Amino acid sequence: MSPALPDGDPAPADGALPRWAGGSGAPQRAFGVYVHVPFCTVRCGYCDFNTYTATELGGGASQDSYATTALSEIELGAHVLADAGLPAREVSTVFVGGGTPTVLPAGDLARILDGLRDAWGLADGAEVTTEANPDSVSPEYLRTLADAGFTRVSFGMQSAVPHVLATLERTHDPARIPDVVAWARDAGLDVSLDLIYGTPGESLDDWRTSVEAALATGVDHVSAYALVVEPGTRMAVQVRRGELTLPDEDDQAAKYELADELLTASGLRWYEVSNWARERADGSVAACRHNLAYWRGDDWWGVGPGAHSYVGGPLVGDDGDEIAGVRWWNVKHPRRYATMLAAGQSPAAGRELLDAPTATLERVMLGVRLAEGLDLAELSAAGRRAVAGQVAAGLLDGRAAIGGRALLTRRGRLLADAVVRDLTD
Amino acid sequence: MTPIPSAAETARIQPAATAPELLRNFCIIAHIDHGKSTLADRMLQLTGVVEQRAMRAQYLDRMDIERERGITIKSQAVRMPWVLEGTDGTRTPYALNMIDTPGHVDFTYEVSRSLAACEGAVLLVDAAQGIEAQTLANLYLAMENELAIIPVLNKIDLPAAQPEKYAEEIAGLVGVDPESVLKVSGKTGVGVEALLDRIVETVPPPVGDADAPARAMIFDSVYDTYRGVVTYVRVVDGKLNPRERISMMSTRATHDLLEIGVSAPEPHPTDGLGVGEVGYLITGVKDVRQSKVGDTVTNALKPAAEALGGYSDPKPMVFSGLYPIDGSDYPILRDALDKLKLNDAALVYEPETSVALGFGFRVGYLGLLHLEIVRERLEREFDLDLISTAPNVIYDVTMEDRSVVTVTNPSEFPGGKIGEVREPVVKATILAPSEFIGAIMELCQTKRGDLQGMDYLSADRVELRYFLPLAEIVFDFFDQLKSKTRGYASLDYDVVGEQAADLVKVDILLQGEQVDAFSAIVHKDKAYAYGVMMTGKLKELIPRQQFEVPIQAAVGARVIARETIRAIRKDVLAKCYGGDISRKRKLLEKQKEGKKRMKTIGRVDVPQEAFIAALSSDAADPKDKGKK
Repeated sequence: MSPALPDGDPAPADGALPRWAGGSGAPQRAFGVYVHVPFCTVRCGYCDFNTYTATELGGGASQDSYATTALSEIELGAHVLADAGLPAREVSTVFVGGGTPTVLPAGDLARILDGLRDAWGLADGAEVTTEANPDSVSPEYLRTLADAGFTRVSFGMQSAVPHVLATLERTHDPARIPDVVAWARDAGLDVSLDLIYGTPGESLDDWRTSVEAALATGVDHVSAYALVVEPGTRMAVQVRRGELTLPDEDDQAAKYELADELLTASGLRWYEVSNWARERADGSVAACRHNLAYWRGDDWWGVGPGAHSYVGGPLVGDDGDEIAGVRWWNVKHPRRYATMLAAGQSPAAGRELLDAPTATLERVMLGVRLAEGLDLAELSAAGRRAVAGQVAAGLLDGRAAIGGRALLTRRGRLLADAVVRDLTD
Repeated sequence: MTPIPSAAETARIQPAATAPELLRNFCIIAHIDHGKSTLADRMLQLTGVVEQRAMRAQYLDRMDIERERGITIKSQAVRMPWVLEGTDGTRTPYALNMIDTPGHVDFTYEVSRSLAACEGAVLLVDAAQGIEAQTLANLYLAMENELAIIPVLNKIDLPAAQPEKYAEEIAGLVGVDPESVLKVSGKTGVGVEALLDRIVETVPPPVGDADAPARAMIFDSVYDTYRGVVTYVRVVDGKLNPRERISMMSTRATHDLLEIGVSAPEPHPTDGLGVGEVGYLITGVKDVRQSKVGDTVTNALKPAAEALGGYSDPKPMVFSGLYPIDGSDYPILRDALDKLKLNDAALVYEPETSVALGFGFRVGYLGLLHLEIVRERLEREFDLDLISTAPNVIYDVTMEDRSVVTVTNPSEFPGGKIGEVREPVVKATILAPSEFIGAIMELCQTKRGDLQGMDYLSADRVELRYFLPLAEIVFDFFDQLKSKTRGYASLDYDVVGEQAADLVKVDILLQGEQVDAFSAIVHKDKAYAYGVMMTGKLKELIPRQQFEVPIQAAVGARVIARETIRAIRKDVLAKCYGGDISRKRKLLEKQKEGKKRMKTIGRVDVPQEAFIAALSSDAADPKDKGKK
């Protein structure tokens, strides 16, 4: 979750949305819920997420009361969606992220999940993921989550190399990773590991060590992200002072390619630019369905300070204009979030109403990132003409293009933003 | 007694009815910043033509740019009354015409016409700085015209003033006793009355034949939005009358005089202008080209047989391409140039197309200041964002088959068998403290200079005379001169001819495509340095592309320098989840906007900023930027 909230229009105090214009039929889109837990025990030097290390933030905002506050937003959300005329949908995916969700007692996470069941209902076979810090879980903790209905856990492993973890200011012991993965699998949870490449001081061999360590745990899912030094972080200050030297983009590209080779060789297949999952016997992959929903343009409600939500169209504005989608975001600080909800107000800080071209731009921007590719019918005529050039440049797959989809090659994945610019001209 | 004339005295000096003996025509020769405009303002006050409350600083400098830069681009004339009391107590009223002269090297021709309209010149020198090269050049010009010179030191109120030292220096140049150098302060007014008295005493009255056919010399021509062209003239013979038909002797074009008058300094219509008088004419023409500086005005019905001498057409010496940053502004730029032309007879331009920069104009200027002023006026008055290519001079290229090609744009430099290339040469005068002689000589040496002579103006100030290629001056000579002499040196130059030189065109190629905007004509010995500099600069300025981009500098088919921009390998945000979508989309929209402002050369996208930075001479090495 990015640090600064976007510029947008003010959101109504009651959180009301433009009305659903699709008649009585339910949207064909899945409905997911993201829950943001804005707490950590320490803030890492590279992190610019919306998170706080204090247990007590005043004004009714504390780690202890957080689950209760989040439940009140869930209750509000159920009303807002119903009032907009949207037909009821069960929640098909849940993702609890942070911050560090596992700083909360497992019981709190379970209560939040119960709240979602009460408000919307949880679909059969729903995917329920939480992020977790390898430091802050135990076998009991993970079992409690599984019993409550969680199906998946994503550990922030980041690296297996001590000096890299030290630069990232991660406090966990890398030797603990195989244990926590085993505990989670024993509890019946699917497991994913997050890795970061391109940390200052990380060699290509360091990176190989980390990817191989992740694979050695036998996980079915890996996310690998290039380190981005965001302005305002402690790491940005260290870079500015010359205490840390950023790796250049060529180094990051080489590490991406290495990861893709190692993961693919171990039976994990890329399904999004930064995500790989084990291929099942039927050819499908153990992807994170919740994240796929973002890239496919489904609807989701984001619970918690700074969380974003999205509902696609057709919606209709007060002036009768058709709206292709509405995105809104909550106030950033947990204390303000808590006081607004306590006062019966929507915690939304702002929103944007997307017109059709903007919604299309987003669909292309997100869809191109996926291994399933983007339907070329989503592109403008100029965008479709640009496809041939991108195939010739080796950035889009030629066979997929003939089959009517824009699908990135490995080189194309590294230049995905340039491809998107070209396809949306 | 007051030196301001009484009513009876004023009657004797009415325009069109003033005896030539009671007229004094003078100008002020001074360097920028030496206080000419302030002194002129003080004279306007002391002679009573501008009331205290109407006074604004530097009344005579009208254009905003002039006021901001503290320089005078266009001259004007002001008529001022002044009474001198004889030793016997008799009072004689005089009409003084002060002709304001441009103070910059680019406008030498205009200066020469202003001087030709006068019988005397006030040589105004800053008492803290001494005489500057351009002032000296104009002083010599005035002396050649046999003008009476009144040496004056200004700013004597400044703590840093050294009146004795500089009185000696200018007395030596003018050939008078240092004691006779007047000392004034335009700021406080000290000595200005004495100066007005001295002008009456020293400057000879004009002489002309009142009965001959009218002949008046145009020394300035200004376009006014409301009144059309206002032409400033000095009558030499005969008389010009209201509502008569006049003729321009160079073109034989005739016009009806709609208005004739004097500036005091606001326009006052009069019954005409007689021998020796200075004033303005309005004929309703809309373009200063129909009323050219240096031309002779005569009566259409009773024309003079011979024009006054000294007329020549303004000749552009420096050329540069001018392109709108936003290509759709091209029609606005065209209209803006058409409007500026009305007020600037020296401005010439023609449409030009650049592969790299699109549609624009090749513009000819009198010199670098003229270039800067035109560009600034276009940007300011017409709200345009412009790229101007590096300035260049005119070359005459003789091919081996003896055909001659005139090159005003490096990209027109012919290929094939070249016999000889000729370039314009200037005579440059440099004044500087003698401690910098070595540094100046070294600089002139590297700029292909040819020493013509050296003189000491005083014990520690020296005048150096050089022949230099104009192209070197246009490149960066003045900046380097200033930096090598800690700002003490001053420069004047005048184009005196041309010379054959060993010149080549260096082309810049981006992935094999020639970028016309970066071509330059340089001396053979400097081709390599230019190639290395430009390829290095572009490597820093052009963002990495999806493919490798070689940048080459070439003379003809021979590559003399090469850099490579490596292909970009990563251009993707790793994370794009629910909370990132808005930010990522906005970033994408911004990048797409940026892409639109790029020029595509071959397949290479080059940002406008790269063109601007590469073409500006102040960023010689982008790597040095931000290191200080």
